[in-house]
Amino acid sequence: MTVQTLVEELGWTILTEGDLTKEVTGCYCGDLLSWVMSKAQDGDCWLTVMGNINAVAVAVLTDCACIVLTEHAALDEDAKARAAQQGVTILTTELNAYQAAVALSERL
Amino acid sequence: MESIKLHYDVSADDFTRAGAASGDVKRTLKQLGVSPATTRNVAVAMYEGEINMVIHAGGGEIDVEITEDAIRMVLADHGPGIENVELAMKEGYSTAPDNIRCLGFGAGMGLPNIKKYSDEFKLETELGVGTTLYLTVYMK
Ligand SMILES: Nc1ncnc2c1ncn2[C@@H]1O[C@H](COP(=O)(O)OP(=O)(O)OP(=O)(O)O)[C@@H](O)[C@H]1O
Ligand SMILES: [Mg+2]
Repeated sequence: MTVQTLVEELGWTILTEGDLTKEVTGCYCGDLLSWVMSKAQDGDCWLTVMGNINAVAVAVLTDCACIVLTEHAALDEDAKARAAQQGVTILTTELNAYQAAVALSERL
Repeated sequence: MESIKLHYDVSADDFTRAGAASGDVKRTLKQLGVSPATTRNVAVAMYEGEINMVIHAGGGEIDVEITEDAIRMVLADHGPGIENVELAMKEGYSTAPDNIRCLGFGAGMGLPNIKKYSDEFKLETELGVGTTLYLTVYMK
Protein backbone atom coordinates (compact mmCIF):
# COMPACT_ATOMS: atom_id res chain seq x y z
CA MET A 1 0.00 0.00 0.00
CA THR A 2 1.32 3.47 -0.84
CA VAL A 3 1.17 6.46 1.47
CA GLN A 4 -1.46 7.92 -0.87
CA THR A 5 -3.68 4.84 -0.48
CA LEU A 6 -3.18 4.90 3.27
CA VAL A 7 -4.33 8.52 3.40
CA GLU A 8 -7.39 7.74 1.29
CA GLU A 9 -8.40 4.60 3.17
CA LEU A 10 -7.78 5.81 6.71
CA GLY A 11 -8.78 9.42 6.17
CA TRP A 12 -5.72 10.80 7.93
CA THR A 13 -4.88 14.41 7.15
CA ILE A 14 -1.77 15.44 5.23
CA LEU A 15 0.26 18.20 6.92
CA THR A 16 3.31 18.01 4.67
CA GLU A 17 3.58 16.13 1.44
CA GLY A 18 6.62 14.08 0.46
CA ASP A 19 6.69 11.04 -1.79
CA LEU A 20 3.10 9.76 -1.61
CA THR A 21 3.94 6.88 -3.93
CA LYS A 22 6.31 5.36 -1.36
CA GLU A 23 5.26 1.89 -0.23
CA VAL A 24 4.24 1.48 3.41
CA THR A 25 5.60 -1.89 4.45
CA GLY A 26 5.45 -1.74 8.24
CA CYS A 27 4.85 0.36 11.32
CA TYR A 28 6.88 1.60 14.27
CA CYS A 29 5.56 3.36 17.38
CA GLY A 30 7.84 5.45 19.57
CA ASP A 31 8.76 8.91 20.83
CA LEU A 32 12.31 8.41 22.06
CA LEU A 33 14.42 9.30 19.05
CA SER A 34 17.35 6.97 19.72
CA TRP A 35 14.99 4.01 19.85
CA VAL A 36 13.28 5.04 16.64
CA MET A 37 16.60 5.75 14.96
CA SER A 38 17.85 2.24 15.55
CA LYS A 39 14.58 0.31 15.17
CA ALA A 40 12.40 1.97 12.53
CA GLN A 41 12.82 0.45 9.08
CA ASP A 42 12.72 1.74 5.54
CA GLY A 43 9.03 1.91 4.57
CA ASP A 44 7.68 2.03 8.10
CA CYS A 45 4.79 4.28 9.01
CA TRP A 46 6.10 5.98 12.18
CA LEU A 47 3.48 6.75 14.82
CA THR A 48 4.58 9.39 17.33
CA VAL A 49 3.64 12.53 19.25
CA MET A 50 7.05 14.09 18.54
CA GLY A 51 6.39 16.83 15.99
CA ASN A 52 9.72 18.62 16.16
CA ILE A 53 12.60 19.19 13.78
CA ASN A 54 14.61 16.33 15.25
CA ALA A 55 11.84 13.90 14.41
CA VAL A 56 12.07 15.08 10.80
CA ALA A 57 15.81 14.34 10.81
CA VAL A 58 15.13 10.83 12.13
CA ALA A 59 12.48 10.26 9.45
CA VAL A 60 14.97 11.25 6.76
CA LEU A 61 17.72 9.02 8.13
CA THR A 62 15.52 5.95 8.60
CA ASP A 63 13.71 6.34 5.24
CA CYS A 64 10.41 5.75 6.98
CA ALA A 65 7.43 6.15 4.65
CA CYS A 66 5.78 8.88 6.71
CA ILE A 67 5.39 10.35 10.18
CA VAL A 68 1.92 10.10 11.70
CA LEU A 69 1.23 12.49 14.57
CA THR A 70 -1.19 10.61 16.77
CA GLU A 71 -3.85 12.31 18.92
CA HIS A 72 -3.28 15.40 16.76
CA ALA A 73 0.02 16.08 18.51
CA ALA A 74 1.42 19.49 17.63
CA LEU A 75 3.75 20.02 14.69
CA ASP A 76 6.32 22.80 15.20
CA GLU A 77 6.51 25.44 12.47
CA ASP A 78 10.22 24.88 11.82
CA ALA A 79 9.63 21.11 11.68
CA LYS A 80 6.90 21.66 9.10
CA ALA A 81 9.17 23.82 6.96
CA ARG A 82 12.04 21.31 7.19
CA ALA A 83 9.78 18.38 6.34
CA ALA A 84 8.46 20.18 3.28
CA GLN A 85 12.01 21.01 2.20
CA GLN A 86 13.29 17.46 2.74
CA GLY A 87 10.27 15.73 1.24
CA VAL A 88 9.04 14.09 4.43
CA THR A 89 5.34 13.26 4.54
CA ILE A 90 3.65 14.11 7.85
CA LEU A 91 0.08 13.02 8.58
CA THR A 92 -2.15 13.67 11.57
CA THR A 93 -4.95 11.66 13.16
CA GLU A 94 -7.11 11.91 16.26
CA LEU A 95 -6.45 8.21 16.97
CA ASN A 96 -3.94 7.24 19.65
CA ALA A 97 -0.92 5.13 18.75
CA TYR A 98 -2.67 1.85 19.59
CA GLN A 99 -5.80 2.66 17.59
CA ALA A 100 -3.78 3.95 14.66
CA ALA A 101 -1.56 0.84 14.61
CA VAL A 102 -4.62 -1.42 14.66
CA ALA A 103 -6.25 0.50 11.80
CA LEU A 104 -3.02 0.28 9.86
CA SER A 105 -2.41 -3.40 10.51
CA GLU A 106 -5.78 -4.27 8.99
CA ARG A 107 -4.51 -2.91 5.70
CA LEU A 108 -0.86 -3.97 5.63
CA MET B 1 37.23 4.32 -6.27
CA GLU B 2 39.09 7.44 -5.17
CA SER B 3 38.78 8.05 -1.46
CA ILE B 4 36.33 10.84 -0.61
CA LYS B 5 36.90 13.13 2.36
CA LEU B 6 34.17 15.19 3.97
CA HIS B 7 34.38 17.67 6.82
CA TYR B 8 31.61 19.15 8.98
CA ASP B 9 31.53 21.76 11.73
CA VAL B 10 28.76 20.93 14.16
CA SER B 11 27.73 24.07 16.01
CA ALA B 12 26.88 24.30 19.69
CA ASP B 13 23.31 23.59 20.76
CA ASP B 14 22.08 24.01 17.22
CA PHE B 15 19.23 21.52 17.34
CA THR B 16 17.68 22.93 14.23
CA ARG B 17 20.64 21.77 12.15
CA ALA B 18 21.51 18.64 14.08
CA GLY B 19 21.32 15.73 11.73
CA ALA B 20 22.49 17.86 8.80
CA ALA B 21 25.96 16.28 8.64
CA SER B 22 24.66 12.71 8.87
CA GLY B 23 21.95 13.56 6.34
CA ASP B 24 24.58 14.86 3.92
CA VAL B 25 26.76 11.75 4.33
CA LYS B 26 23.73 9.53 3.81
CA ARG B 27 22.90 11.33 0.55
CA THR B 28 26.50 11.03 -0.61
CA LEU B 29 26.60 7.28 0.09
CA LYS B 30 23.33 6.79 -1.74
CA GLN B 31 24.68 8.64 -4.77
CA LEU B 32 27.80 6.46 -4.70
CA GLY B 33 25.60 3.38 -4.84
CA VAL B 34 26.64 2.13 -1.39
CA SER B 35 24.29 -0.61 -0.13
CA PRO B 36 21.26 0.41 1.97
CA ALA B 37 22.52 -1.74 4.89
CA THR B 38 25.89 0.00 5.00
CA THR B 39 24.30 3.41 4.53
CA ARG B 40 21.95 2.75 7.42
CA ASN B 41 24.80 1.71 9.73
CA VAL B 42 26.63 4.94 8.93
CA ALA B 43 23.50 7.06 9.30
CA VAL B 44 22.61 5.69 12.74
CA ALA B 45 26.15 5.81 14.14
CA MET B 46 26.93 9.25 12.81
CA TYR B 47 23.58 10.79 13.77
CA GLU B 48 23.89 9.66 17.37
CA GLY B 49 27.44 10.97 17.55
CA GLU B 50 26.43 14.27 15.98
CA ILE B 51 23.53 14.74 18.38
CA ASN B 52 25.70 13.87 21.40
CA MET B 53 28.12 16.60 20.32
CA VAL B 54 25.33 19.14 20.22
CA ILE B 55 23.62 18.10 23.45
CA HIS B 56 26.51 17.16 25.68
CA ALA B 57 29.58 18.89 24.31
CA GLY B 58 28.66 22.24 22.73
CA GLY B 59 29.41 21.10 19.19
CA GLY B 60 32.52 19.80 17.49
CA GLU B 61 33.93 18.58 14.23
CA ILE B 62 33.32 15.51 12.10
CA ASP B 63 35.63 14.07 9.47
CA VAL B 64 34.46 11.31 7.18
CA GLU B 65 36.54 9.27 4.77
CA ILE B 66 34.86 7.00 2.26
CA THR B 67 37.07 4.38 0.65
CA GLU B 68 36.39 1.28 -1.39
CA ASP B 69 36.13 -0.98 1.65
CA ALA B 70 34.92 1.21 4.52
CA ILE B 71 33.57 4.50 5.84
CA ARG B 72 35.73 5.98 8.59
CA MET B 73 34.41 8.72 10.85
CA VAL B 74 36.17 10.83 13.47
CA LEU B 75 33.91 12.89 15.72
CA ALA B 76 35.86 15.23 17.95
CA ASP B 77 34.60 17.72 20.53
CA HIS B 78 36.03 19.94 23.23
CA GLY B 79 33.21 19.34 25.66
CA PRO B 80 33.38 18.24 29.30
CA GLY B 81 34.45 14.68 28.54
CA ILE B 82 32.81 11.56 29.95
CA GLU B 83 33.50 10.73 33.57
CA ASN B 84 32.52 7.06 33.54
CA VAL B 85 32.66 5.54 30.07
CA GLU B 86 31.44 2.12 31.17
CA LEU B 87 28.31 3.72 32.63
CA ALA B 88 27.80 5.99 29.60
CA MET B 89 27.89 2.92 27.33
CA LYS B 90 25.06 1.26 29.28
CA GLU B 91 21.62 1.22 27.65
CA GLY B 92 19.37 3.64 29.52
CA TYR B 93 22.08 5.76 31.14
CA SER B 94 21.67 9.44 30.38
CA THR B 95 22.53 12.77 31.97
CA ALA B 96 20.34 14.71 29.51
CA PRO B 97 18.41 17.49 31.31
CA ASP B 98 14.60 17.73 31.19
CA ASN B 99 14.46 20.37 28.45
CA ILE B 100 16.44 18.02 26.20
CA ARG B 101 14.32 15.00 27.14
CA CYS B 102 11.20 16.90 26.06
CA LEU B 103 12.65 16.93 22.55
CA GLY B 104 12.80 13.13 22.45
CA PHE B 105 16.43 12.67 23.47
CA GLY B 106 17.82 11.15 26.65
CA ALA B 107 16.85 7.49 26.25
CA GLY B 108 20.47 6.63 26.92
CA MET B 109 20.57 4.62 23.71
CA GLY B 110 22.89 6.77 21.61
CA LEU B 111 26.29 5.34 22.53
CA PRO B 112 25.01 1.74 22.60
CA ASN B 113 23.52 2.33 19.13
CA ILE B 114 26.79 3.73 17.83
CA LYS B 115 28.66 0.67 19.07
CA LYS B 116 26.06 -1.68 17.63
CA TYR B 117 25.99 -0.09 14.19
CA SER B 118 29.73 0.35 13.69
CA ASP B 119 32.25 -2.41 12.96
CA GLU B 120 35.10 -0.66 14.76
CA PHE B 121 34.47 1.61 17.72
CA LYS B 122 36.96 3.57 19.79
CA LEU B 123 36.08 6.25 22.33
CA GLU B 124 38.74 8.55 23.75
CA THR B 125 37.72 10.99 26.43
CA GLU B 126 39.37 13.20 29.00
CA LEU B 127 37.57 15.25 31.60
CA GLY B 128 37.73 18.95 30.80
CA VAL B 129 39.40 18.29 27.45
CA GLY B 130 36.85 16.55 25.25
CA THR B 131 35.73 13.38 23.58
CA THR B 132 36.70 11.77 20.28
CA LEU B 133 34.91 8.88 18.63
CA TYR B 134 36.66 6.82 15.96
CA LEU B 135 34.12 4.78 14.02
CA THR B 136 34.46 2.46 11.06
CA VAL B 137 31.66 0.87 9.08
CA TYR B 138 32.71 -1.76 6.54
CA MET B 139 31.20 -1.77 3.07
CA LYS B 140 28.80 -4.68 2.86
N1 LIG C 1 30.33 13.87 23.36
C1 LIG C 1 30.00 13.75 24.66
N2 LIG C 1 30.54 14.60 25.58
C2 LIG C 1 30.24 14.50 26.89
N3 LIG C 1 29.40 13.56 27.40
C3 LIG C 1 28.84 12.68 26.53
C4 LIG C 1 29.11 12.72 25.12
N4 LIG C 1 28.42 11.73 24.53
C5 LIG C 1 27.75 11.10 25.50
N5 LIG C 1 27.99 11.65 26.72
C6 LIG C 1 27.49 11.20 28.04
O1 LIG C 1 27.10 9.83 27.94
C7 LIG C 1 25.70 9.69 28.25
C8 LIG C 1 25.09 8.58 27.39
O2 LIG C 1 25.09 8.98 26.02
P1 LIG C 1 23.99 8.36 25.03
O3 LIG C 1 24.17 8.96 23.70
O4 LIG C 1 24.06 6.88 25.14
O5 LIG C 1 22.60 8.82 25.69
P2 LIG C 1 21.90 10.25 25.65
O6 LIG C 1 22.56 11.12 24.64
O7 LIG C 1 21.84 10.78 27.04
O8 LIG C 1 20.43 9.86 25.17
P3 LIG C 1 19.99 9.40 23.67
O9 LIG C 1 21.24 9.28 22.87
O10 LIG C 1 19.29 8.10 23.82
O11 LIG C 1 19.08 10.47 23.19
C9 LIG C 1 25.12 11.05 28.05
O12 LIG C 1 23.92 11.25 28.77
C10 LIG C 1 26.25 11.96 28.51
O13 LIG C 1 26.29 12.02 29.93
MG1 LIG D 1 22.90 10.45 22.71
